[in-house]
This record gives sequence, C-alpha cells and structure tokens, in this order.
Amino acid sequence: MDLPVDKVESTRASGPAAEGKRTRTYREALREALAQAMERDSRVFVAGQGVDDPGAVFGTTKGLAERFGRQRVFDTPIAENGITGIMIGAALAGMRPVLVHMRMDFLPMSMDQIVNHAAKWRFMFGGRVNVPLTIRCIIGRGWGAAAQHSQSLQALFVHIPGLKVVMPSTPYDAKGLLLASIADENPVIFVEHRWLFDQSGYVPEEEYVIPIGKGVIRRKGRDATVVAISHMAYEACKAAESLEKDGIDIEIIDPRSLSPLDDELIFDSVKKTGRLIIADTGWKNCGVGAEIAARVASDALGYLKAPIRRIATADTPTPCSFELEKEFYPSSEDIIFTVKELLNKSPLSPQPYRR
Amino acid sequence: MYLLMLRIRKFEEKVVELYPAQDMRSPVHLYIGHEAIATGVCLNLRKDDYVSSNHRGHGHCIAKGMDMRLMLAEFYGKKTGYCKGKGGSMHLVDPENGVLGTSAIVGGGLPLAVGAALASVMQGNERVSVAFFGDGAVDEGSFHESLNFASLKKLPVVFVCENNFYATNSHQSARHSNNDIACLAEGYMMPSVCVDGNDVITVFETARNAINRARSGKGPTFMECRTYRWKAHVGPDCDVEKGCRPREELDQWVKRCPVKRFRELLLDENVLPESEMLELARQVDEEIEEAVIFAKNSPLPSPTELYEDVY
Ligand SMILES: Cc1ncc(C[n+]2csc(CCOP(=O)(O)OP(=O)(O)O)c2C)c(N)n1
Ligand SMILES: [Mg+2]
Repeated sequence: MDLPVDKVESTRASGPAAEGKRTRTYREALREALAQAMERDSRVFVAGQGVDDPGAVFGTTKGLAERFGRQRVFDTPIAENGITGIMIGAALAGMRPVLVHMRMDFLPMSMDQIVNHAAKWRFMFGGRVNVPLTIRCIIGRGWGAAAQHSQSLQALFVHIPGLKVVMPSTPYDAKGLLLASIADENPVIFVEHRWLFDQSGYVPEEEYVIPIGKGVIRRKGRDATVVAISHMAYEACKAAESLEKDGIDIEIIDPRSLSPLDDELIFDSVKKTGRLIIADTGWKNCGVGAEIAARVASDALGYLKAPIRRIATADTPTPCSFELEKEFYPSSEDIIFTVKELLNKSPLSPQPYRR
Repeated sequence: MYLLMLRIRKFEEKVVELYPAQDMRSPVHLYIGHEAIATGVCLNLRKDDYVSSNHRGHGHCIAKGMDMRLMLAEFYGKKTGYCKGKGGSMHLVDPENGVLGTSAIVGGGLPLAVGAALASVMQGNERVSVAFFGDGAVDEGSFHESLNFASLKKLPVVFVCENNFYATNSHQSARHSNNDIACLAEGYMMPSVCVDGNDVITVFETARNAINRARSGKGPTFMECRTYRWKAHVGPDCDVEKGCRPREELDQWVKRCPVKRFRELLLDENVLPESEMLELARQVDEEIEEAVIFAKNSPLPSPTELYEDVY
C-alpha cells in the first residue's frame, strides 16, 4: 500500500504542533483511521465485542457499522481465543481483520491463537503465508478498575518473535500507526491507553503511516534521557516542564513501537546525555524497561554517567483502593525524583530494585 | 480413490521404513488406519477449497493434492521442503492447494477453517472449508467456540472429527462426559452424523452432501468418523507392546482395514481387476521412491536462513 510516510518532526507531548491546524482527539483519530482503511480497502473489516453497540468501544468505532454495514463491522461471541483464530483464518484467506478488545486483560484468553498461531504462521511455514491481523486492545488506569481490568501486558507480546507491538501516545501517532498496522503483513498488537482518548492534537485529514519501529524525540534535552511509553510520555512531558524550572533539561523519547524497537534512537540519546530512565505503563520485572536497559548496557555502557533506572508499576497486581492506586502507579513525580537523584550519582552507585 | 488411499498408506509405510535410520529428525504422527477419511472427504473438494489440519496431517495434505517430494523433503529438514525446513512433519502448508496450515496445538486448526469460511462469505466466493481434527480437540474450548460461530453465521464449513478413541494414551471415556461427539454438534444447531470412518464410500457420500450443503449457503455440517490409528501416537512403532492399548482392540480394527475393505469391494463388484491394482501399486511405489531420492538429495538450509521469514 502506498500511503505517505510521516515526516513531521513531533517534539511536543500532544504530537506535532497543532496551532492553526486540524485537531482531533485520540479516539477520533482511531475512528478516522478505521473508516479510511475500510473505505479504501474492501478486505478490511472490524470485529469484536461491542464494536457495533452504542458505546462503540469508547466511541472509537462509532458510526462504522451504520456506514459500512454489519457484515464488515460486527459483534462477536465472548470467545476470545476462537475469535482470534477465526480472524487468523480470515487473514489467511485474503482479508485484513481488525480485532478489537475493550481491555488488554482479555488477551490472555487468546494467547494460544496469538502466540502459537498468528506469530508462528509465517516462519513455521517458511514464509509461504502471512497473517495481516491487527489486534487493538486498551489499557486503563484508575477508578478502582483493579487487578483484572487494568493490565499493561505489552511485555508478554514483545517477547514473542513474529508479533509486532505498538503503543501510540498522541492522536497523530494513533492514526498513523493504526493505518500502518492494518497495512502491515504481520500480526500487530496495537495497545491504546484510555487516559489518552480525550487528548487532542494535530491529525491530518489524509491518510499517512508512521513506520512501525520508528521512535520519536518528544523533547530535546541534554541532562538525561527518559524513554517514556504510551501514557508515560505525557507524564514525562509534565516532569520536563517542572524540571526546567530547576534548570534541568531532559530528553524524552517515545518509542511508539516496542517491537521492533528503535534502539538506535535511544543509544544516540544516551550517548549525548549519559543518563537513562525508562518509564513504562507495565511492570518492572522482565518488563520492556528491562529489555531497553539491557540493550543500552550492551551497546552504550561506556557513555553512562549514572545507573539506569526503571519507572514502572509496582510488582503487585493492580489494587482497587485509590489510596493504593497512588502507590501502585508511577507519575511525573517519580520521574522528577529519579532524574534529580541520578544527576547526583556516579555510575557505580547501587540501584535499589524497589521504588 | 483407490490410488489416493494407496498413496497415503504407502507414503506412511515408507516413513515407517526410513525412520529408524534416525536422519528424519521430526516427530511423525502417522495416518495409517485413517486413510478413508482424508480420501473420502478431499475427493469432494475443489483445488481452492480450504483445509485446516492437525499434527496427524500427512493424509490430509496428500489428499488435498500436495507433492510428496516436498513433504518428505520437509520431514528431512531440507531447504526444498514445503516450509524450507522450518516446519517439519507437524507443519505443512500449501496455499495453492488451499491448505491453510497444520497446527500441532490440539484444537488450534478449527478456528482457522471457520475464519477462511468467513472470508469466503465476505468475498462472495463459493469456497468451502474443511476442518480435520481428532477426538482430543473436542476437549478444547476452541472446538466449541468454532462450532458456535460457524453455526451462528451459517458459514460454509464441514467439521470432520476423526475419532480414533485416543488422545495420546488417554481413552475418550477418560475425557468426555458425553462420548457421543456427533450429538454435541447437534447442540450447536447443525446437521451432524456419525459414520464408519473406515468405509471410504460412506465417508465420500456423507462428505459430498455436507460440502454441497456448505457450498449452497446452508451452513456447516459436522461429521464424526470413527476409526483407529495403527501405530503409536507418535513415531513408527506400535504401542500395544507398551501396554498403551489392548492388543485385541487393535487386531479388531486391523481386520477392518479401510484400504483392504475398499480393495475387496472393488474386486467383488468387478470395478477394478487385480492386475490394474498391482499396476497402481507399482506406480505409487515409483512416485514414493522418487520422492525419497528427491528429499535425500536436497540441500539443507544454510544457518543464516534461520533469521528469514520471521516477519
Ligand atoms: C493444546 C495441546 N495440548 C496438548 C498437546 C499434546 N498432544 C499432542 S497430540 C495429543 C492428542 C491429540 O489427540 P486427538 O486430537 O484425538 O488426535 P490423534 O492424535 O488421536 O489423531 C496431545 C494431547 C498438544 N499438542 N496441544
Ligand atoms: Mg484421537
């Protein structure tokens, strides 16, 4: 597919500068991408629990069933594994399905079809077939969603060769990455964050793709590199504003895609700043932060002036009580604290594992 | 029909013969005993109809028109195999012949056939999907999820359960609260039949009706085909010596050999004289010899190919 590739330098939390330009929310950007993909390509269809109901998956599929018909936008039984397999079968037979889950917590139900089938089908069969399947899923935060309605399980999927994993944090990237995922010949796990749905920013009307595997520098800086994933990119931008008042200048990298990962972008930044913090929406233990830290330790250790730090959710299941949630979730405060701490550290000072 | 059954039988017997040399390094789940099912079903299919299959898939692949040379090369891990040596005996695919891929995850293949059938409907073509699976798959959630969805959407699928009464060494009665598998499918509101899976004519006729029904848009059909595997769950040996199954049970089923039964029928009815049968057997032996030579003489993949085809 020949969609124009994004060339916009996006150095702000909300994506490329929006002044005087067309703005849309993250949710509208997702809906627009789906509508445009379906409009252009009759192979694209959208299935999932509630995609055609009044809630329309937090509004992200609103109006699509009416516009494209219930053959192409349809509700499914609550049978995640079977439905995932059915989408894979449809993809093998020439369709380009978009499967939607209200929560990422439901993906473990379909682990067999995602991990043992979708991820393997191309390699195991010597490249003779491929599975162009997009699996949209949503992570949330807060309001007592608790342990089964809040999980950021991206690390589970990043671990699996054959899958791609993307986590857009701006409306601009949400549209460009969703179009890229649908156009991709491989299964893509597309992870959205509910706290981003109302954010608005520049979103061009025409179709464009953000190449999967290309990160972006959200803010240039010299004192420390903060690799911030999904919603944590916003927290990092908030932290940057506050740190600036203290004369501290951080560089924020939003990888956008976790698999493949734009590690060159991260290495280059670390070589410049000498300090690295990874802020993830998921857990610390064997999380995405651990992988990024390991790659930097392998390829850019000599440039580090301080230990690498990971900011992540506590290694416990998600609690309900808002008092416990405050302890569980990291925020801009954690980033500010950690940056300041690192500026006073030598590379060999010990790093406590727990926050 | 006789030729195809013979091809499957003789192909598997060749694997039995070659396997002890230890250079075919891929676990083999042999189809000997089941031949009437793949034959009877697939002879009703068009080249572009879809098939999903399982770990015991050699018979389905041959019956769907796949090339025995490329299959054997795959078993030997050769570059010339169907999957360039990345799949092996349990993982065969052939988009040109509608083979969606064989899954060695029990129950994994059913939804793929249903999904391909969904695509047929969306694309407005007449392609039918067949899912081949064992009685073991009935234990899995994906079985029920697939039947429900196929029936809900009236998709052109034929579910073919090869009930050989065992999943590895576990008898059906140790696993199923209802031993009547065909009856389960009725609960999903689709026509369902239980047939003698060692009688190729019955399988053929039942499958013909089911496939015609699917093709004319009337929805899925379920076929339970009762049969028996002659060899161990995996590998070229027989497992009765190990006490996995009663010898008398195997003996009973060997007497009902699907190939022998069909041969006797053809002779009794004077359809095919013995001399022509011998000629067919000779022809199949030749094909298989050629496949062995092709596979053995084929090059292995180079180590760098490991990194290809991930994405
Ligand atoms: C999900 C899963 N669980 C367990 C296994 C191990 N296993 C491989 S084949 C098999 C038995 C399958 O029995 P059935 O479906 O009846 O097929 P048959 O071997 O009898 O042809 C089992 C349990 C597996 N491959 N996949
Ligand atoms: Mg069985």
